[in-house]
Amino acid sequence: MAADEIQHLTRAFSGLGGLGVDESAMVSALGKWRKQPEKLSGFRKSFNGFFKEHGVIERCEEEYMLHLAAEFSRFKNLMVLWAMHPWERDARMAHHVLHQAHPAAIVVEIACTRPAEELLGARKAYQALFHHSLEEDVAYHARDKPYCSVSSQPLSHLVLHVSDNGVVAVVELLLIPGGCCHVVQLLVGLVSAYRYEGPRVNEEVARAEAKALGAAVKSAAGATAKLVENDEVVRILSTRSKPHLVETFKYYKEIHGRHIEEDLGHEETLREAALCLATPAKYFSQVMGAALSDGAGHHAKEALTRVAVTRSDVDMDGIRAAYHEQFGGKLDDAIAGKAHGYYRDALLSLVAGK
Amino acid sequence: MATLTVPSAVPAVADDSEQLRKAFQGWGTNEALIISILAHRDAAQRRAIRRAYADTYGEELLRSLTDEISGDFERAVILWTLDPAERDAVLVNEVYRKWHPGSRVLVEIACTRGPAQLFAVRQAYHERFKRSLEEDIAAHATGDFRKLLVPLVSAYRYEGPEVNTRMAHSEAKILHEKIQHKAYADDEIIRILTTRSTAQLLATFNNYNNEFGHPINKDLKADPKDEFLATLRAIIRCFCCPDRYFEKVIRLAIAGMGTDENSLTRIITTRAEVDLKLIKEAYQKRNSVPLERAVAGDTSGDYERMLLALLGQE
Repeated sequence: MAADEIQHLTRAFSGLGGLGVDESAMVSALGKWRKQPEKLSGFRKSFNGFFKEHGVIERCEEEYMLHLAAEFSRFKNLMVLWAMHPWERDARMAHHVLHQAHPAAIVVEIACTRPAEELLGARKAYQALFHHSLEEDVAYHARDKPYCSVSSQPLSHLVLHVSDNGVVAVVELLLIPGGCCHVVQLLVGLVSAYRYEGPRVNEEVARAEAKALGAAVKSAAGATAKLVENDEVVRILSTRSKPHLVETFKYYKEIHGRHIEEDLGHEETLREAALCLATPAKYFSQVMGAALSDGAGHHAKEALTRVAVTRSDVDMDGIRAAYHEQFGGKLDDAIAGKAHGYYRDALLSLVAGK
Repeated sequence: MATLTVPSAVPAVADDSEQLRKAFQGWGTNEALIISILAHRDAAQRRAIRRAYADTYGEELLRSLTDEISGDFERAVILWTLDPAERDAVLVNEVYRKWHPGSRVLVEIACTRGPAQLFAVRQAYHERFKRSLEEDIAAHATGDFRKLLVPLVSAYRYEGPEVNTRMAHSEAKILHEKIQHKAYADDEIIRILTTRSTAQLLATFNNYNNEFGHPINKDLKADPKDEFLATLRAIIRCFCCPDRYFEKVIRLAIAGMGTDENSLTRIITTRAEVDLKLIKEAYQKRNSVPLERAVAGDTSGDYERMLLALLGQE
């Protein structure tokens, strides 16, 4: 009995890799274990991640306390994100492009899955909040990120000053980025786009561009050059309308026998852009799947909140269907199995069908 | 400082529309009447007239105009009558259909219209041509021009006055460094020119001048035949001193034998409601001749009368 209670409380505190905390389980433990300190002591002794033997007591692990703070905040973050105006929400998420470890995918998602007017709204909100344009910050800050493949070393210059009495002083070290980052150019193109939203597609052009994409894939396959360095690939993905791209990818499959995302496989940003533009439901179901898998990293898990909040009113039905096709089970079940407490309930409310 | 003159007592929209209809009827066309109405109405008034005309006669005013008048006069009247955003969209589309990398139209539109107006041009382009502006430019421009022009027309620059002086200083240095190495199409040059706000760019160019003793454009004159360098210089001039930039375009359009009517019409119709007065002043200062006189000397007939009306001459 006691062992069960201890395991129950361990899971409530987000042990065993869950998401969020089980608030009601914690509260009921408070009640059940009143005047039974030996139960609480047993809990501390058995929860090795949270507590560690330290002389006569079991003390808290600093790292776990940080982890707990994050897990307790999941519900709060979800509610705040949900309450925000969608434009502010997108602007704040995009602003994360400035941060070192954040994946480019967030920027790609915002640029490629929002309708043209919503992306414009997000860009306006970005200016109001951060006093720079979105493309300005993407162009400037994405240069030194891990996903940017700078092909040559930056130039660095020591600027020397010789004063009147002949003293030479190093005044500044000027780092001038060298080489070029094609991923950044792609990202700037994606966030700057104002795509045509109508259904009209020029079939000839779509077919020709499917051929051009195939040729680019073929020439990149042998060489060391990457696909993202191909001007035509970047042009097509960052300027063509979404219906046009859907047609183009359809022709691609007809002509080359494979889905384009298979051929873009190893170039993450390109693949994400293609998926987001043509098949957003499939893209988001993959993101959910990654978030719910064992061993998912911090950013992968964050995506769960982001996708649930931003897609709940847009295409959640499609995402559930795509998830089922891709992973077999139901998305609701996967979430219920992994998440706890209010966070789980909130996710399920956003994700569930009518 | 617009040159457009609108009468203090503007006739009712229905009256204007009726008068224009009369101008088309019968054998000839009353060009003088067309000019006396359209060349003296602002954008909102022209829009109202177009709507009233279409409602009353079941035909687009612009359609009637193209049927009745022709040549340079037609182009001037059509361009003038359009809404500013539509006008710019039409001008861009002209460039797209007759692609020439040295064309300055894209630079003018991207750099002298404010961010909100540039976006309105992109919206107007969607509605009129059922494609995005950047998609068409990207499909026709190649190489370095594509790298430069697509981000240039896609920018939605921050409009605030804040300037980061340290960044202006360091970006001036970056520009100088790249120019010294003749890396004119370098990513950093393109990044700075196509994303920074107007205020930030002006601070950067000032810094360049202070730091290196001469304006940045002086360092971009290595090869007089290089179209890419000319485009870079045009971008910088459009940000720094648009009226002097436009003065030069008009001056070159009028100077010498023959006239570049396309450019002349474009500048006059696109600036009459904006800063044509400043451009006139710049022209007078540079050439010691009023712009109206120069235009009259180089053009004739209804085309000349239309341009002079837009220049504010009675």
